[in-house]
This record gives sequence, structure tokens and C-alpha cells, in this order.
Amino acid sequence: MAGKRKLSERPGGGSSDVQWCFSQVKGAMDDDVAEADIISTVEFNHTGELLATGDKGGRVVIFQQEPESKNQPQCRGEYNVYSTFQSHEPEFDYLKSLEIEEKINKIRWLPQKNAAQFLLSTNDKTIKLWKISERDKRPEGYNLKEEDGRYIDPNTVTTLRVPVLRPMDLMVEASPRRVFANAHTYHINSISVNSDHETYLSADDLRINLWHLEITDRSFNIVDIKPANMEELTEVITAAEFHPDQCNTFVYSSSKGTIRLCDMRASALCDQHTKMFEEPEDPNNRSFFSEIISSISDVKFSHSGRYMMTRDYLSVKIWDLNMETRPVETYQVHEYLRSKLCSLYENDCIFDKFECCWNGNDSVVMTGSYNNFFRMFDRDYRQDVTFEASRENSKPRSVLKPRKISTGGKRKKDEISVDSLDFNKKILHTAWHPLDNIIAVATTNNLYIFQDKLN
Amino acid sequence: MSQLDEGITTLEEQQEMEDKVVSPEKAEEAKLKARYPNLGAKPGGSDLLRKRLQKGQKYFDSGDYNMAKAKMKNKQPPSAPTEKTEITGDHIPTPQDLPQRKTSIVASKLAV
Repeated sequence: MAGKRKLSERPGGGSSDVQWCFSQVKGAMDDDVAEADIISTVEFNHTGELLATGDKGGRVVIFQQEPESKNQPQCRGEYNVYSTFQSHEPEFDYLKSLEIEEKINKIRWLPQKNAAQFLLSTNDKTIKLWKISERDKRPEGYNLKEEDGRYIDPNTVTTLRVPVLRPMDLMVEASPRRVFANAHTYHINSISVNSDHETYLSADDLRINLWHLEITDRSFNIVDIKPANMEELTEVITAAEFHPDQCNTFVYSSSKGTIRLCDMRASALCDQHTKMFEEPEDPNNRSFFSEIISSISDVKFSHSGRYMMTRDYLSVKIWDLNMETRPVETYQVHEYLRSKLCSLYENDCIFDKFECCWNGNDSVVMTGSYNNFFRMFDRDYRQDVTFEASRENSKPRSVLKPRKISTGGKRKKDEISVDSLDFNKKILHTAWHPLDNIIAVATTNNLYIFQDKLN
Repeated sequence: MSQLDEGITTLEEQQEMEDKVVSPEKAEEAKLKARYPNLGAKPGGSDLLRKRLQKGQKYFDSGDYNMAKAKMKNKQPPSAPTEKTEITGDHIPTPQDLPQRKTSIVASKLAV
């Protein structure tokens, strides 16, 4: 791709030589946030050209990166609105007298096969396959219809002509092509497209189903951890993902901090895991909070497929798929919260589900925190940095200043004390462009785009 | 208290101090137990999970649900009066015939 500097060309590639700058922010500025506007998922497509967001109101907004202008070859294109549509609507489950939220839990893009783009979006119960296509031509010169649609009296037609396609203003249309419904009793937390590009999995609290993208009236159940007696329930599934290139392999994480890797070649029902990843816990350190904070909120394979990353409440862990006994790397996201667990339990923040993501060459990982902070961990240089997504740092191309939190008694200038952190400002969803140093960070209702400084 | 007593700390207090130094988590746990003495013996167990499995507000029935939705959008005027030209009692309505109360499609503020 002319003009795009790939991560592999960059010396080091890690955060030691990267300067992150503000690029864009999307969303309303007012503090009064409508619940529907709360962003619930952010996802780049496989080329990074498209960026999709889902919100609590069931809407999807897709941004497209403008092509680099020839005038400013060193400047990356901006992301502008490409398409927006209502993916899911609120429903009512008559049998259980429960509301089914329209909130979009996850969006996953399909690899592009033709001119159109496809994505899967899901709420708690139903997954939908959306086709996003462009229309930039329209037929003109019908014999029996005027341009405005009125019908012409056939008796007045004296000659015949062939309609021609003429260019028109670009129109982007989104249409639901498949609806995968009624397969989940519990709430869907994950969807993941298989590397075979034909199947995908959907996971709820207790079960994982395998679907074929063309078939909506049935799915295979591949994991079922529901106990015969619900009183014996000890853990739930929190996230699941297919391996990036082994189409038979997937992992799922649990509320107890374990990750199970399953091989679909072994059996039809993958209740018996092939590998189980769990870090041993010191029983002396066990407390009321131990299990809650060990619950894994997100699991992501590295692009290489060799590693996977998990996010629990206080840390990010990198696991080598060849070693089940403990993670190979552990990064503390906000260890200073360990002495605040009591109040975080009372205000329910301890149950917040943070996501995590890899950069394109798996050298840096990123996750969100409170006070609109987000953290990056450079695996190669063993450095970490904290940035803040706020309107105050939103001058175009202004370099982000690293933030420091003071944990001890003495607070240095520019440091922020733990007690002044705003726990209502959480960054749960972040995404990294697959090929470039561009990141999308979602605060409650705003989407920030940052990129590294190009010269 | 005499001067002698002040210098001696009990074994319990020593253990507690050690715990505080060793584990801020345990200190937080103690705080929580002090505020909520009835907190279940099996934390993170069935209760929490059960609550998680059944998230979402329960309504008495669909009428109750629709009333609650209407209250949330109280700026919406009550349904328009039916046209007088409509013939009533023409056929028995089925659930499919009833107009669905859909959310008003307001564009996302990200798409501005």
C-alpha cells in the first residue's frame, strides 16, 4: 500500500519510538449522556479501512478512512461516517417476562470476498449478518417510467431505448442478510468468525454454538457447561474466540479465571478441554474478592496465533499456548485499585468488563481503565504508558502526554491521586488498526481516534 | 491503661496488622464484612452467578413492559384518535396485526 508505513518497517515498532497524537473525536460534547448513546463495542475490519461501533441503542455506525491525499502524503486519512443503521431493536420475551436489550454486545467483520462488506452484530439473544454495499450508479432512461417515478402511458411511447447506468452520488446501503435467532437461552457475550470463513461461534454464559454463515435455522452446540442442578453452578463462560488460523481450535474463558482450549476434531461436544490454562493461586492470599477479580472479561489471540491475552479486573496476562501452568507475561493495569476493592464492590465497578487488544505485530497490547485512562504495554521494551482520552487534549495532532497516578502519600505535580479518579469514566472498549499505529478508544459516549506522529 | 499495657499488642492484633501490610485485599475484605455482616459465606458463588444469568428487568407482562417504555418516552403524545371512517369490528385482531411499538429511530450522535 503506497504511503502506508507498515509496522514491520518501523524501527523497533514498539512504544519507545512512538509518539501518540490526537487525531479525531466523534460524538456529542454534552455531559448529559443518553443511555442509547453509550458505546458498547468498537471493531476495525481486516484492512483497517473501516471502523464499526455499536451502542446501547442497538445502532451501528461505520466509519471509513479517507484515502491519503496526494498533497499530504505523510498524513493519514481521517475516519468519516460511511454508514449507520439500526441493527437491533428492543424486544420482549413473553415467556420469561423479561426485556431483551437492543444493546450491541459485539461486532465482528467478515473478511471481504467481493465488493460488499459483511459484519456480524449481536445483542443478548440474536446475531445478525449485515451486508453493507455501495451504490454509485443508477439506471436512467426507462421506457415506461419518468425519472421521478411516474408511469408513462404506453400508448404515447413511439420509440424504445435501452436504459443506461449513469453515475450518482455514493449511497451506502446496509441490509440484514441473515438473522440467527433462538439459539441462546442465556446472554450472548461473544461471537467469533472462524478462519474457514464459513462458520462462526456464539457464546453465552453457559453454552457455545457453532453456526454456518449460510444457515440460520440450526446451529451446533459445541460447549455446554450448564450443570444438571443449577444450585451447583460455579462458573460461567465470559468470552470465546476462534484461533486465527487453526479452524478446529477455539478458546473460552470463565468467571473463575481459567481458559480452556478446545479442538473440534476431538469430539462433537467439546466439554472436555484439550488444554486448560490457569495460574495457581496462593491460598493464603485468598479473599472474598479473589474470584471476582480473577474473572476474565476478555480473551484475544495474538495475530501470530502463538499467544493469547486475557484481561481480568486488575491485570492483563499473556499466555503461550504451549504452556498451561502460568502466563508468560503479566501486566498490572491499575494495581492501586486493590486497596479500593470494598468500595468498587459496593458501586458495582468491580464487575466492569474491560476488553484488551493487540497491535498489528503483537508487540504492544492495550486496555482501558477508569478516569478515561487507557494503558499500553510494550512487550519488547518492557515499558508501559498511561494516556487519557479527554476533550482537553484534543487539539489536532497534539501529542498525548503520559499520565501518572500517585499511590503514595506525596503527590507530585501533574500526578493524579487515586481518590480523585472518576469511576464513571471508564474505557471498556479499545481497538487497534490491524496494520498501522492507529487506535480507536471509546469513552462512555465518545469515540477517540489516536495515531502515531508521522515525522 | 497503664504504661505497661500500651506497649503490648495481642497476637490477634499482630496478625491483623500483618494482614494489612501483606494484603490490602484482606483489609478491604474486612471492611466489607464490617459493613455487610450477612454477606454469604460462599462469595462469587451461586448468588452472584445467578444474578448474572438473569440480568434484565422482570415485568409482570407485556402490557407492563409497554407501559414502562411509554413512561420513559413521556414526550411522545398519546396515540392519535382512530379515524371515524374506519369500520370497527371488521375482523378479530391477531398479534401480527397490532402495530409494534418500535423505538423512534434517532440517529447516533457519532454519525453527525
